[in-house]
Amino acid sequence: MATRIVVDPITRIEGHLRIEATVENGVITDAWSAGTMVRGLEKILQGRDPRDAWAITERVCGVCTSIHALASVRAVEDAIGTTVPHTAELIRNIMQTTQYVQDHVVHFYHLHALDWVDIVNALKADPVKTATLAQSLSQWDKNTPSHFMDVQRKITTFANSGMGIFANGYWGHPAYKLPPEANLLAVAHYLDALEWQKEIVKIHAVFGGKNPHPNFLVGGVPCSINIEEVNAINSERLNLVKSLIDQADEFVHQVYLPDLLAVASFYKDWTEIGGGLTNYLSYGEFPTQGYGNPDKFKYARGVVLNRDLTTVHPVNPRDSQEIKEYIAHSWYAYSEGEHVGLHPWAGETNIQYAGPKPPFTTLEGYEKYSFLKTPRWKEQPMEVGPLARLIVSYAAGHTDVQELVKDTLGRLQAPQGALFSTLGRTAARGLDAKLAVDWLKEFYGELMQRVMTNQVSTFNNEKWEPSSWPIQAEGVGLVEAPRGALAHWIRIRDGRIDNYQLVVPTTWNGSPRDVNQMRSAFEASLIGTPVKNLEQPVEILRTIHSFDPCLACAVHLYDTEGKHLHQVHVE
Amino acid sequence: MGNASQSIWGSMQSKGYSRRDFLQFCAVAATMAGLGREGVGEVVSAFDRKAKPPVVWMHFQECTCCSESFLRASHPIVADVLLDVLSLNYTETLQAASGFQAEKCLNDTIQNNKGKYIVLVEGAVPLHDDGVYCMIGGRTAESILHEVAKDAAAVIAWGSCASNGCVQAAKPNPTGATPIQKLVDVPVINVPGCPPIADVMMAVVTHLVVLGQIPSLDDQGRPKEFYSRRVHDTCYRRANYDAGLFVESFDDENARKGYCLYKVGCKGPVTYNACSVVKWNEGTSYPIQSGHGCIGCSEAGFWDKGPFYQHLPSFPGFGIESTADTVGAAVGLVTLAGVAAHAVMTNVRKKKIISEVHEDDQPEV
Repeated sequence: MATRIVVDPITRIEGHLRIEATVENGVITDAWSAGTMVRGLEKILQGRDPRDAWAITERVCGVCTSIHALASVRAVEDAIGTTVPHTAELIRNIMQTTQYVQDHVVHFYHLHALDWVDIVNALKADPVKTATLAQSLSQWDKNTPSHFMDVQRKITTFANSGMGIFANGYWGHPAYKLPPEANLLAVAHYLDALEWQKEIVKIHAVFGGKNPHPNFLVGGVPCSINIEEVNAINSERLNLVKSLIDQADEFVHQVYLPDLLAVASFYKDWTEIGGGLTNYLSYGEFPTQGYGNPDKFKYARGVVLNRDLTTVHPVNPRDSQEIKEYIAHSWYAYSEGEHVGLHPWAGETNIQYAGPKPPFTTLEGYEKYSFLKTPRWKEQPMEVGPLARLIVSYAAGHTDVQELVKDTLGRLQAPQGALFSTLGRTAARGLDAKLAVDWLKEFYGELMQRVMTNQVSTFNNEKWEPSSWPIQAEGVGLVEAPRGALAHWIRIRDGRIDNYQLVVPTTWNGSPRDVNQMRSAFEASLIGTPVKNLEQPVEILRTIHSFDPCLACAVHLYDTEGKHLHQVHVE
Repeated sequence: MGNASQSIWGSMQSKGYSRRDFLQFCAVAATMAGLGREGVGEVVSAFDRKAKPPVVWMHFQECTCCSESFLRASHPIVADVLLDVLSLNYTETLQAASGFQAEKCLNDTIQNNKGKYIVLVEGAVPLHDDGVYCMIGGRTAESILHEVAKDAAAVIAWGSCASNGCVQAAKPNPTGATPIQKLVDVPVINVPGCPPIADVMMAVVTHLVVLGQIPSLDDQGRPKEFYSRRVHDTCYRRANYDAGLFVESFDDENARKGYCLYKVGCKGPVTYNACSVVKWNEGTSYPIQSGHGCIGCSEAGFWDKGPFYQHLPSFPGFGIESTADTVGAAVGLVTLAGVAAHAVMTNVRKKKIISEVHEDDQPEV
């Protein structure tokens, strides 16, 4: 008999996510993914200065900070027809690769690891054996017996004085398979990563003044370079960036990747679980010869259908027949009815809550069950994220990606099909971080070349004044965010924002079913997942966390001009 | 899970720290809290008798930038705080438990520590349409906030969302996003900013849990320690302003010399925050130092005071002839008058509540 279980709140994510699933004979047979918070930023954007939009949209998300700002300045630059100096593009690339590395490390250790790592079991470990294990995996100089002893003592004391953030975890669940030493290793690096992650983001502070939420600028970047001046990006600032990149390089290669492979080797059964969809979308990323030249991006743009790696289908975000959003199961209304899909430039966002009146215990029986809309590419559901990036670039013949993927599969002694799984998604994120830190070094080297040859312009002011813009303009800004394909669509009229729409990674992955009842990635990947203990569904967390959900990003819509819901406003 | 109310000194002892180490730690904490050396005795007594205070971190309409900022703290680092200083029993961003196990963490904390736990709130609360625009575990943010805040010793409103509504409360505020202080009947410390500076967050928490006191607040409920000076007053580019040396366009010759950003929209003259003193990311930089004007993110309603690149004299509400200085002075006077009146009424009451809470809190080691 099927049992319906609810996990809400899903923790260790950004935002408010509710998962309901039916479990039959220990296996999930159906699932519903619901975003339960909405803020209305697209409505707030209307009528404002397009040059301010990066700051407003950056506040969509503080975890993937800077990413929406980048999508926004690209959308506005596209609309008003301007390009940014190459030096500014390099600085944007440096900031974005920095974000990838920080975000992925934090996801692995602080958001995802506790699905695989039993922190209580780490108390049983022998610190000396842990050091031996750690030294066999990498040459990081903190992998010493005294470090692991110290961590174990800290955690023991902590456990004896209340468990704080680790209380009520699924500790001791049979799905945890790491030996005590591997658990202690991971817990020690959890703490080390927590301390390190605050360092790499200083790169954002150098170029953008602060993190979270560094500053951006339509037409370039706000910082100026002047190696003759203390009040600008000078040698001292560039040296600081270099030393932070070196630390990041070490952390990714000596800590994150070895830990990822070590943990993965104990969970190879998870290469056969959680595959879900078979279509993958990537917008491509890291311009090397201008944003307008996607053929020269580090990551390829395109779609892979049915896991067929022989063909990459082109993606056109301007084509009204390609990307559309549906609301058949979302708490919205469209003027043309429930069943149409709308391209974002023509998007409507009239909220119409049609769920149960809170407090409620289940969304069962409700046709509509989420504040997320449902995006589709040519009517097909798409998975987006690091795995999709790797798959599309692999299929597009990017040899750096192909070699890295093959090498990793070889180390894990896993077939290519292992990629399409919960563990494949988690491993892909690690490889994405490795590529990002390698490219970060490359972009920094190129920036130094520009500084040496005094090509330091960081801002193009030709189209800064709204008087230089057309009366009406429309643009789209595409970004591969850490969590996947992100796009902002803008319409400008008389120098003001006329319409602004965002379609973000977690909307692709975490949305409800579409008008044809096809599931999106979260729901599809949960089907077939085993759940041993209905009270402790750690398996659901593993698969959902493998996507690194970001719900504040996914839900941001609202339009008061539309119909309000039929409930009485209560003060 | 063992003795949840071990004192901080007890916790340090069991980790092998000496009394001397402990006193040094207290001296650092005292300096950080602005007490200077004469305050050390007070800090020691707070540490000695106080258990690790139970803390819950609520997430409502937000983007998690406040949590992320908190993780960036450098003194102390967040790992030490989470393990040794606080007992953070609920936070959707970091906690291991999900679903009803997570809700149990929250319920146990508030049931077992009535009047003694601290609530940290990140995010605004939407009131429109019965509060359906933010629901957790099938309940509205509004109802959760009321339940959690009811028996709290104090509430810290992290960031501009919780302090003044921030971006979702910008016009037309579609969901009725409302700041925390308008919804609860317990002391609220507002720590605005989008996000607040990491080490400012840490210092405010330390002030509360180590000293057992609510810091002095201004009329907007902000700690005076960090929000009593305008960014402009302490800005290292202020001399350029005074000398009339301005950036006219981004990355022009003047920008490359680090002149004042006032003409490209800097809101430093009307923004109360610690950015130009404490700076960001362990003192690495702050917006102006990296070439962009202050957008005023710690001021109530700052999203509706733009556009960000329009300079202040033509700011709505101020005469065209006003200089940044007269604008700033006017705002300053209003704030100071408010502080004086407000301090008498609220701070006395709040400090009394907090000291009562801690008198009940006997050492158990």
